[in-house]
Amino acid sequence: MKDESRRAFLRAGVAVGGGLLLEFSLPAVLNARANASGSPSTLNAFVQISNDGAVTIVSKNPEIGQGIKTMLPMLIAEELDVNWADVHIEQALSDPNKYGVQFAGGSRATPLNWEALRRVGAAGRQMLMSAAAQSWSVPVADCETASGKVVHVPTKRSLSYGHLASKAATLPTPDLAQVPLKDPKNFKIIGKSHPGVDSPLVVAGKPLFGIDVTVPGMLHAVFVKSPVFGGTALNANLDVIKSQPGVRDAFIVGGGPVFNGLVSGVAIVGTNWWLLDKARESLEVTWDEGATATQSTEAFAKQAVQLSGQAPATKVISEGDVTAALGTSARRLEAAYSYPFLSHATLEPQNCTAHFHDGKVEIWAPTQNPDAGRKIVAKTLGLNDADITIHMIRCGGGFGRRLMNDYMVEAAWISKQAGAPVKLLWNRQDDMQHDFYRPAGFHFFKAGLDATGKLQAFSDHFVSFGENGKAAPSADMNANEFPAKFVPHLELGISLMPLGVPTGPLRAPGSNGLAFVFQSFVDEIAHAASTDPLQYRIDLLGERRQVGAFDTGRMIDVLALVREKSGWGKRTPPKGSGMGVAFYYSHLGYFAEVVHATVGAGAKITVDKVWVAGDVGSQIINPTGAENQVQGAALDGIGEALGQAITLKDGRVVQSNFNDFLLLRMNQAPPVEVHFLKTDHPPTGLGEPALPPVIPALCNALFAATGVRIRSLPIDTKLFA
Amino acid sequence: MPAVHFRGLAVRYTIQINGKAREVDADPQMPLLWVLRDLLDMKGTKFGCGKSFCGACTVHLNGAPARSCVMPISMVGTSSITTIEAIAGTPTGRAVQNAWLAVDVVQCGYCQAGQIMSASALLARNPKPRDTDIDKAMSGNICRCATYSRIRAAIKQAAGMPSADSRDTLV
Repeated sequence: MKDESRRAFLRAGVAVGGGLLLEFSLPAVLNARANASGSPSTLNAFVQISNDGAVTIVSKNPEIGQGIKTMLPMLIAEELDVNWADVHIEQALSDPNKYGVQFAGGSRATPLNWEALRRVGAAGRQMLMSAAAQSWSVPVADCETASGKVVHVPTKRSLSYGHLASKAATLPTPDLAQVPLKDPKNFKIIGKSHPGVDSPLVVAGKPLFGIDVTVPGMLHAVFVKSPVFGGTALNANLDVIKSQPGVRDAFIVGGGPVFNGLVSGVAIVGTNWWLLDKARESLEVTWDEGATATQSTEAFAKQAVQLSGQAPATKVISEGDVTAALGTSARRLEAAYSYPFLSHATLEPQNCTAHFHDGKVEIWAPTQNPDAGRKIVAKTLGLNDADITIHMIRCGGGFGRRLMNDYMVEAAWISKQAGAPVKLLWNRQDDMQHDFYRPAGFHFFKAGLDATGKLQAFSDHFVSFGENGKAAPSADMNANEFPAKFVPHLELGISLMPLGVPTGPLRAPGSNGLAFVFQSFVDEIAHAASTDPLQYRIDLLGERRQVGAFDTGRMIDVLALVREKSGWGKRTPPKGSGMGVAFYYSHLGYFAEVVHATVGAGAKITVDKVWVAGDVGSQIINPTGAENQVQGAALDGIGEALGQAITLKDGRVVQSNFNDFLLLRMNQAPPVEVHFLKTDHPPTGLGEPALPPVIPALCNALFAATGVRIRSLPIDTKLFA
Repeated sequence: MPAVHFRGLAVRYTIQINGKAREVDADPQMPLLWVLRDLLDMKGTKFGCGKSFCGACTVHLNGAPARSCVMPISMVGTSSITTIEAIAGTPTGRAVQNAWLAVDVVQCGYCQAGQIMSASALLARNPKPRDTDIDKAMSGNICRCATYSRIRAAIKQAAGMPSADSRDTLV
């Protein structure tokens, strides 16, 4: 993984370097400004130091609750060598020319920025040392830094960063690739817990979120879309709507059937959102519902079973001779697994504020992927990228939903047509019924064991969604899906069903469904082999080695750690209780998890406890944030398993709110114990990889508790009755 | 902020918010949530579901937690309303906010105003809650980021209790 990390850094480095050059090419301007107004000196695109020593660090990525606004500046502050208490953090605008990739997804911020942003800080430190050396007319090699000041080591003289900032900003740019970085054992900020920088504002109820944005002259908007995906509004009783209290305007948006762009619907614009939401109760729309008005979850499940009787349309990987090996195996298993569509259900419903004027548009958006939104808005409204300003507003949850920017282009379009700044807000039903869903999936497994219980043959026919041989977004499976490459005879294949529903990444995309089915079926195999399920997995991983990007040794070690921490094999769970284990590798993170669960009276499931062991490399950058992410991810997975499914009937989503799409609640949330194994690998991200294994670990625990195997989500408690 | 008039539908109400009498002109059906957010520009109270399922909109009505998204302005009457903006002025509210920061509860933060309102109401009536009391008082508030372990620990810290989870017997 070292090579990949290096490549990632260089890619980011180009953009970061461009930003630095942009800033450094204007030192005279900056200095003039500093001198004229006493305003802070800009060392580079990320760092400003004012004359009193206050340090402002720009945080470049969207904050969705993953703690990035705290964590990225920690990397810069560490190498700049300043006191964290002196640091003020500012959220960047979306400006890829200046800041490089600005994106919240794939748990990628840590691997992409770990080295790049430390180099940004180190370059600033280098310039401050050079400025001091020049002031003293001494060699820079005789200078050191100490939390906000430069020290001349031989004479113990020192100058504060504030004093040096204006001079430093006039100096040439150090080569980012050459600036020295600290030895990690000297870290003062990295590796220490730093609470979220905006948390004091959060607990005081300050207006931080997209839904809180107010701009002068702003109107509110609701946007009513076809209940069937891709439907088109033909006509509507707009005159009735326009006569409702609070309504200023109502109009049909033609849109188009491209799910991730502007779709057709009816916009209602006015002075007060609640009145608009009331007005829509009188709205009557004639929709052309299009081709997908008959699709249903039930029909997809039937179709999947039919397809499972045929050979997979596409082979993902084929090793050895599965058919022959299954035929000669001493013990043969078959099982059909499935998981449902899921909604992201961010607690802050989708919203965006936009102001179109004079051929430009200014946007205030809670978004995980601002530049992709800019491109959709530019294309749809016929603008240039440069005409679009995007303020990245704190997101009330992301989970992948706000990688899509459908709400952004809606707000921009409605603002243009309404001729006023507009805040668009979806209600909960809009949000749940117009998502980019985690695709459902159907898996038909076979396995063959030899007389000693060793896994000889393994096959999966994955019936998923897509068309023309191309899987729908987040509905694919690749050739590295464990136990691929760990079994002598193995075949993974896919067949696709056409789908008229938008799909997209949900936290740990792909993995959040695949981990459940593969790690549950592996559990069935271990039980069939009458072997301890945790040891069976270690045996299946085999020798410590690299298998493609996957390091078996790292996974074996987290399995061993979770065995120790959970007391696996040493506890005797009471009747009705059991422990289950699973592991999963995703987003470069190695996670093994154990769940202790109980099925009590009335088939009531209690998740008693979760133990997590994870390896995300050599350094946990912000331990408090890291633990919070891992606990949240594990509980998120438990919530999905216990209560969540989006179903389709007559082309429509059935669920509409939190009474029929159940999020985990306090009384269901078990304690989650988190252990990190620090290894000599570059640090990687934590937003996602702790989620996938918890679901099979829970289902495997329920099997241990009751003998009932869960092969479909969400868990049907009737099975325990 | 000027009063918003709704073509004859609006009624003038005087409601008691955070110790002050506030006048608003609103449709009688308008939920308190939207009166707060859009008529009084108090954005701390959050919209999550509109149907009292998630608790993001929790405020105090005479000290008791209430879901403002389903409370029509016409039903508020002379009740004393406290919102997140003023919860620091109550002893339990201040303690809860401080504990939230000390425990570093927040992820996205969207639900936390509602969580803090429910937690401070709990501690005001039950200064030493058991874990089952916490479950009961807090299970109406969804945290989509699932910061539940830390919410539980912060409530105990605010109560001056050991933060260990008594439900966790598997140590």
